[in-house]
Amino acid sequence: MDDRILAAWRLLPGYLSQHVLLSLCALGIGFAISLPLAVAASRSATVRWPSLFVASLIQTIPSLALLALFYPLLLALSTLTRSWFGWGFAALGFLPSVMALTLYSMLPILRNGVAGLRGVDPAVMEAARGIGLTGSQQLLWVQLPLSAPVIMAGVRTAAVWTIGAATLATPVGQTCLGNYIFQGLQTENWVFVLFGCAAAAVLALAADQLLGLIEAGLTHRRRSLILLGSAGLVIGSVVALLPIFTASAGPSYKIGAKNFAEQYILARVMADQVSATGAKATVSEDLGSATAYRALAAGEIDAYVDYTGTLWTNVLDRHDNPGREAMLAEVKTALMRRDGVRLFGPLGYENAYVLAMRPDRARALGIRSLADLSAKAPSLKFGADLEFLSRPEWTALRKAYGLGFGAMTSYQPTFMYRSLEDGSVDVISAFSSDGRIAADHLVVLADPKQALPPYDAVILLAPGRAEDARLAKAFKPLLGAISVEAMRQANYSVDRPGDKLSIAAAARRLERRAGTGAPR
Amino acid sequence: MISFDAVTKDFAGRRAVGPLSVTLEAGQFVALLGGSGCGKTTTLKMINGLITPTSGVVRVAGAVVGDEPLHRLRRRIGYVFQEVGLFPHMSVAENIAMGPRLAGWDGPRARARVAELLELVALPADCGARLPGTFSGGQRQRVGVARALAAGPSVMLMDEPFGALDPVTRDALGRDFRALHERLGLTTVMVTHDMMEALLLADRIIVLDQGQVRADGSPRDLMGVQSDPVVAALMETPRRQARRLEALAHG
Repeated sequence: MDDRILAAWRLLPGYLSQHVLLSLCALGIGFAISLPLAVAASRSATVRWPSLFVASLIQTIPSLALLALFYPLLLALSTLTRSWFGWGFAALGFLPSVMALTLYSMLPILRNGVAGLRGVDPAVMEAARGIGLTGSQQLLWVQLPLSAPVIMAGVRTAAVWTIGAATLATPVGQTCLGNYIFQGLQTENWVFVLFGCAAAAVLALAADQLLGLIEAGLTHRRRSLILLGSAGLVIGSVVALLPIFTASAGPSYKIGAKNFAEQYILARVMADQVSATGAKATVSEDLGSATAYRALAAGEIDAYVDYTGTLWTNVLDRHDNPGREAMLAEVKTALMRRDGVRLFGPLGYENAYVLAMRPDRARALGIRSLADLSAKAPSLKFGADLEFLSRPEWTALRKAYGLGFGAMTSYQPTFMYRSLEDGSVDVISAFSSDGRIAADHLVVLADPKQALPPYDAVILLAPGRAEDARLAKAFKPLLGAISVEAMRQANYSVDRPGDKLSIAAAARRLERRAGTGAPR
Repeated sequence: MISFDAVTKDFAGRRAVGPLSVTLEAGQFVALLGGSGCGKTTTLKMINGLITPTSGVVRVAGAVVGDEPLHRLRRRIGYVFQEVGLFPHMSVAENIAMGPRLAGWDGPRARARVAELLELVALPADCGARLPGTFSGGQRQRVGVARALAAGPSVMLMDEPFGALDPVTRDALGRDFRALHERLGLTTVMVTHDMMEALLLADRIIVLDQGQVRADGSPRDLMGVQSDPVVAALMETPRRQARRLEALAHG
């Protein structure tokens, strides 16, 4: 079997169990809130219109944005509770995901619930009153059983939506089947993307069919169908959740990764190093740049790799450029003083922001440096990654060289390189450790005014892990051990169009090359 | 047994019933008669509290309706209406056993009661397990009557109970119920718009018009009311039918 499919299979139990847990919790809570709300709404127009309106409104928010919005919200709440009660909670991962998906699951249950409850034959309800049923008996013995098929149809819709939308929980740090998709998009591993989509689709279909059996059983009053569907759901859920129940206890570390290949590989390397010490390590992937640092400072992840220039401008809000060594030292003391975050040490290479062009274009236009570029820029098209245009580096570049492009577009990094290749854009924001620079023979434009700060890759440890002996032992061998060449090759091995390595394989190869390979 | 004391009911400021002061004796079979919108159904539903009077007091067996929780009052009063309203998700036996179940009867006693009632309303003993959806209209209403009688009420309220049935079935059910009324010593109040039905079944007929009592008396009394145009109009159909039958019988 294809190496990538095997790699995907191996990840399935972990991803699937988290996905199922997340969907089940969101649906369960969604149902527990929506059903009483539907009962209240079916009886009173003053509850009905506002609740249906709000539920519909939530539905219009793109699910990815809804998930992302819960992180800052929870972070602010957690900061508040921490300062008031000395007790905080994780604003990343399960909690924001489950809250956003719960909201998302509510509309179909609420809408069908109201329709079902209000659709019960008035004569039957009059008989129920007339015979002397109390209000709750009318609801439980007559109204709910009679509207159950319609309500169940709503639950079915909610289940399909929730399982689908749960794939978007990856960027807020919740492991799920979406990890295949996000990782695959980032590294152009289409096998992973397809695998993730297929797995989510199969899961949604299975849930839909089993809930459909229950719905049919309720409609035709066939107890056997209800039992069959329920048994299928319970058995399926238990089997899918097994990896969570059987997870071994013991110290467990969470390694963070931002949303690009280099970060996936380094997080895997770090997790391998931690595992080699006998502890458990999980990787929380696809965090945004600012999210990752805040998550670390809040102790939601234990370690990740960031870059000095990024920390300098984004976290410390500095815009000068004191030089590589001075910046490293200053970042180290500032982070410790401000957030208690420990800069454990540099890995040995830089992943700097650079501007790059195709060699033929650069030659034809006679551009070799950013100074040359500024004169030609108004007639050129610029392609940036999703963050660059809102980053201080871009402001610094524009100020230093007076850059003003004719057109600017943001891309996923993968598609950014594609656009440069096919001529859709002339200049891109690239990363110096990116394997595609060497592979595509791209020209990196010189920065004579040193407008862009240095970007040493450094390991950061969360405040609570600053003096953690196990992490120190695990990461020590990585310090100064990774050359820019080694990193470029590792990045290219997962990014290249053909003969891709899995993230795990690329991580193992990098470990061997760095001489840190954990015994396996 | 049942009394209305200066009872009125307004809907959206419009007077639907009253002021109404009437006393119904125990053991009577009373027909509330009138055209659509005369207030007969509203009057009936104020007896078991499905509708609350705007002013005045309704009493059942001496107790003011609304003083105790309505569901408790309703468990002592049988209620049958045209749409029947059988619980479609419960078997016929479960439908009939609902009243006994609410009264806290145990399983064997409730089952025995169901069998007894099926016989009483002339339904086959083996039909208890079936769902109401599989029955004809007449059979469904027989189940409705059985359900209303199950907990042994002393009062039966019936809102055009046989109105949706074909004439033959309707007549059969009417006669059967009148017999049950005698046998069980019920006090029955039946709403109808059909003077013929009222004449055939009731001991006392109260004619309502625009929420007011227009005439009140035995069927024989009503035959004597010639002056009132509303009563005369209601009596016209049975009279004509009788004349026609008379004519046919005597060539």
